[in-house]
Amino acid sequence: MTEFNFLQSLPSVAPEIGLTILAVVVLLLDVYLPENQRRTIAYVTAVGLALLAITPIIWAPPAAGAGAENLLYWGGMVRHDTLAQIFKVMVLLAGSLSSLMAIDVKGLGRRGEFYLIIVVSTLGATLISGAADLIMVFLGLETLSIPLYVLAAFNRNDARSAEGGMKYFLFGSFASALMLFGFSILYGFSGQTNLYAIADQLSVGLGSTPIPVLVAMVLVVVGFGFKIGAVPFHFWTPDMYEGAPTPVTAFVSVASKAASFALLMRFLIAVFPNTLVLGNQDIQSFWVQLAAAMAVISMTLGNVLALSQRNIKRLLAYSSIAQAGYTLIGVAAIQAQAPLDQAQAVASVGFYMFMYVFTNILAFAVVVLFSEATGSETIADLAGLNRRSPWLALTLTVALLSLAGIPPAAGFFGKFFLFNAAVKSGLAWLAIVGVLNSIVALYYYLVVIKVMYVDRSPDEDKPIPMSSASGWVLGIPTVLVLVLGTIGAQVVFNWAVAGAVSLFAS
Amino acid sequence: MEGFVFPVLSVIVFVPIVAGVVILFMNSEQRDLIRGVAIAAAATVFVLSLAVYIGYNAQVASVTANQEAILSDAAIQSPSTLMFKEGLAFEEHVEWVQSLGIAYHVGVDGLSVPMVLLTGMVAVAGVLISWRIEDRTREFMAFFMLLVAGVYGVFVAIDMFTLFFFYELAIFPMYLLIATWGWVQTREYAAMKLTLYILVGSVVALVGVIAMVMVAHQFFNTEAGIQIIRNAVDSGILSPSAFAADGSVRISFDMVNLTLAAENGAFNVAGYGGIQTLTFAKLWFPFIFIGFAVLAGVFPFHNWSPDGHVAAPTAVSMIHAGVLMKLGAYAALRAGVQLLPGGAEVHLPWIVFLTLVNVVYGAFIAFRQRDFKYVIGFSSVSHMGLVSMGWATMNIIGMTGAGLQMFSHGAMTALFFGCVGMVYDRAHTRDIPSLGGFIKKMPWVGLAFIIGGLTSMGMPGLSGFIAEFPIFVGMWNASPDVSLQAGGFVLSNYYSVIVILAALGIVITAAYVLRVVGQVFFGEFNAALYPEVGDIAITDRIILILLGAPLIIVGILPWVMAPLIESGVRPIVALLGGG
Repeated sequence: MTEFNFLQSLPSVAPEIGLTILAVVVLLLDVYLPENQRRTIAYVTAVGLALLAITPIIWAPPAAGAGAENLLYWGGMVRHDTLAQIFKVMVLLAGSLSSLMAIDVKGLGRRGEFYLIIVVSTLGATLISGAADLIMVFLGLETLSIPLYVLAAFNRNDARSAEGGMKYFLFGSFASALMLFGFSILYGFSGQTNLYAIADQLSVGLGSTPIPVLVAMVLVVVGFGFKIGAVPFHFWTPDMYEGAPTPVTAFVSVASKAASFALLMRFLIAVFPNTLVLGNQDIQSFWVQLAAAMAVISMTLGNVLALSQRNIKRLLAYSSIAQAGYTLIGVAAIQAQAPLDQAQAVASVGFYMFMYVFTNILAFAVVVLFSEATGSETIADLAGLNRRSPWLALTLTVALLSLAGIPPAAGFFGKFFLFNAAVKSGLAWLAIVGVLNSIVALYYYLVVIKVMYVDRSPDEDKPIPMSSASGWVLGIPTVLVLVLGTIGAQVVFNWAVAGAVSLFAS
Repeated sequence: MEGFVFPVLSVIVFVPIVAGVVILFMNSEQRDLIRGVAIAAAATVFVLSLAVYIGYNAQVASVTANQEAILSDAAIQSPSTLMFKEGLAFEEHVEWVQSLGIAYHVGVDGLSVPMVLLTGMVAVAGVLISWRIEDRTREFMAFFMLLVAGVYGVFVAIDMFTLFFFYELAIFPMYLLIATWGWVQTREYAAMKLTLYILVGSVVALVGVIAMVMVAHQFFNTEAGIQIIRNAVDSGILSPSAFAADGSVRISFDMVNLTLAAENGAFNVAGYGGIQTLTFAKLWFPFIFIGFAVLAGVFPFHNWSPDGHVAAPTAVSMIHAGVLMKLGAYAALRAGVQLLPGGAEVHLPWIVFLTLVNVVYGAFIAFRQRDFKYVIGFSSVSHMGLVSMGWATMNIIGMTGAGLQMFSHGAMTALFFGCVGMVYDRAHTRDIPSLGGFIKKMPWVGLAFIIGGLTSMGMPGLSGFIAEFPIFVGMWNASPDVSLQAGGFVLSNYYSVIVILAALGIVITAAYVLRVVGQVFFGEFNAALYPEVGDIAITDRIILILLGAPLIIVGILPWVMAPLIESGVRPIVALLGGG
């Protein structure tokens, strides 16, 4: 760590500073704006977050060769590297689109506190994208989570919303407690709180017993497993997804998940690197196996349970469990031998999350528009959507195809990168499990598409109204999903590789 | 580079995509305008495809001469790959995701050129026969255009990733076209079944291909491998960009690189996966070959095909049976036989039994059908068995026959489905026993169906004969060279028996074709039952001529196509150790 310099340290937290200011602005607007101008709050939030998404690019992290000590700022609390940059851009855009999505939602769109909480939660997500210290990890996670507990139960008078929020809160606080216990073990044996210092000290403090480290690892993985919604820590997901207001669901399913994956990878690679060997036990192989096992059961269980869903939000909930499973394939693939292959494994996770953010936002945006117009969230009620609103049907189709991994949507590249990384690292069996699972998944996605295009409905002559805001919230992600699936893949993947390289820099 | 070269293949692939997107943005009430855009796009790509065909045909003599020179020169290293490279024309190469070796690389050789032409023909015919679709014309035409683009993409892909990209791209529009505009009774079931079958096959093959690329990459980064690449760069097979800046060999999904790896034995190294006698090729060949051959309807994975063809709207049946099944056979040949010849030699001798079942069993089932469209559906299963059988001969004659069969069957089946569609549109039934005498009312359709039927049963003078006869000859010639070993059990010289049994399939084909012709087109016409039946529109005649004429042309003048296909299979046969 270099000597502390206030001005030089500022760029590393530029988005966070901006978010704090934005939160205050939103709060003031909420107080002073009259009732008929309150749509402005949504626009200010959305545009503000979108502009802040540029800040990590303007104040870019030092180049990869700068040395690890130059990447740590604020006394080692945050690490300003390309991986953090990518994930910060991701969560800021996710927050922006989620706010824009909420604009016409009854009981939500004109409530200033909703936007305030979204901004604060986004702040938490950006913090954990670059957190490099146990304390910052925990602080960021709670800043991300506590607002989300509130948002999940935002429709106080709706029993489902209250139930979902309560479940989310109970599971979340339990997982946080376990994770904190894991942190305490790590701190106890190493005397360090900085993620990058723990690994060195562990081997000194522990000698040849790997057991405490493994216990700590499992406890920490429980906490992250909860955040990414992987089996067996997924129980909150369906109820929370169904009960929460849909823009909140969208935000939780992408921003919270993406930032948690960034943290998961950073944490595992920094604290339990492949150089850490305790008593002839290669510690990395434990978490690789843990990730592989979680990947298999998450994919399988998520996809199988999604088959029988009748509510589109529950279907997307189970699908998001399965998507977490696919992404964990990339985490397991970090075991590859060659540094380039390791970097590509991390990059495949980064790319997958990048495209997943826009894909899932798109899917939920259609759900928001549809349920605001019709009051229904059941899949059967989507019947005739192609006749009612061709664009809604087409954009939801693009989103579902992307989730299923069919070109030209971005999901094809996403899955390809993951499976490619798995095969490279000697986990071809995991890739096979993944592709077979994606067939199961394709079935239920196609069923939804079929309902929209083939099934008839008595309401099919009633078009669904769309505002210009909803045009943006559908159009931007659709274009991004299609561009990422074709000509844009190389750019984002290379960016993700650069991020991965910076993650390993030490 | 010699200045600007018209990227004809990319234009062929992207014109339908652009047309599809334009159509999606049009007003859904302007049906005639939508149809106009669709037919304009289809006609454009057809004309360009024809130009590609004629252009390639003009240079095929020199390609053949060069290939033979390469073969006879023992000093040349990696002759098969050089021949393959020699055969490629109209190439375009753009990096896509360079760090993973993915490029947009397209080009055509003698095998793919006839397929490109076939796709153009069927695209035009498909748009024309869908002219009267009134329900959501906009979506139908847009998805149809996307399907055409996907099919074209596969046939021109030289990069394996590009191939998969377009292969999967074709699947989704096909699902929606069948499920939405298909035959009400079975469309949802059939569409889903077809999609899942094809996707399972292709994704398993995808994992196999990724593993293949890894093996090739490791092989090329040994000392011997680097030398091979250096030689390849010197002889013009690969561009100097095959090497990265640090002198290591770049990873690549390019078929040329993978063929080079195959030719130099990268996939035949014993001890794969820790098992002494196993090689990569032996393990993965069945998954890759059959994974793609699912789409070619290979037994026992043919089940989706008749259901799918029957449920699909006529245009989709035409493109599906006419072109998509060839996609499966084509990709199985490219990714399976060409890249894993070591596996082909081991596995094709038993896969040939599956193809025999296809030929004979498919024909028998076709004979038993009452539904007009199911007859054609099962006849496709039977005829596509002949294509796979042709691949299994592993010699020039048989494989050339299989290539011709792909074209011949494609045009013929599309013609059949067109005829069935025209009859059904007017009679509203496909029940064979209740039809009759239609040739009096629809002479054009009757004549076209008879030409198709005669092609189907291998009548000399039509393309079916030109295609099937070489397959049988090839099988007969291959017989002494092929043997099947399982444990201590050795079966040899059995290809000749298979030929005789397969020839039985032709007899049955003749029986069912004549039965359909007799019952549908001849006999008494019941005017009370079918008051709407009259002669067909001008657009329908164009379809019949477009699809029927090539059957006769290739039948009478086989040299317009046979040398092309021969130049395409020559490198593959050389890889398999044949001359």
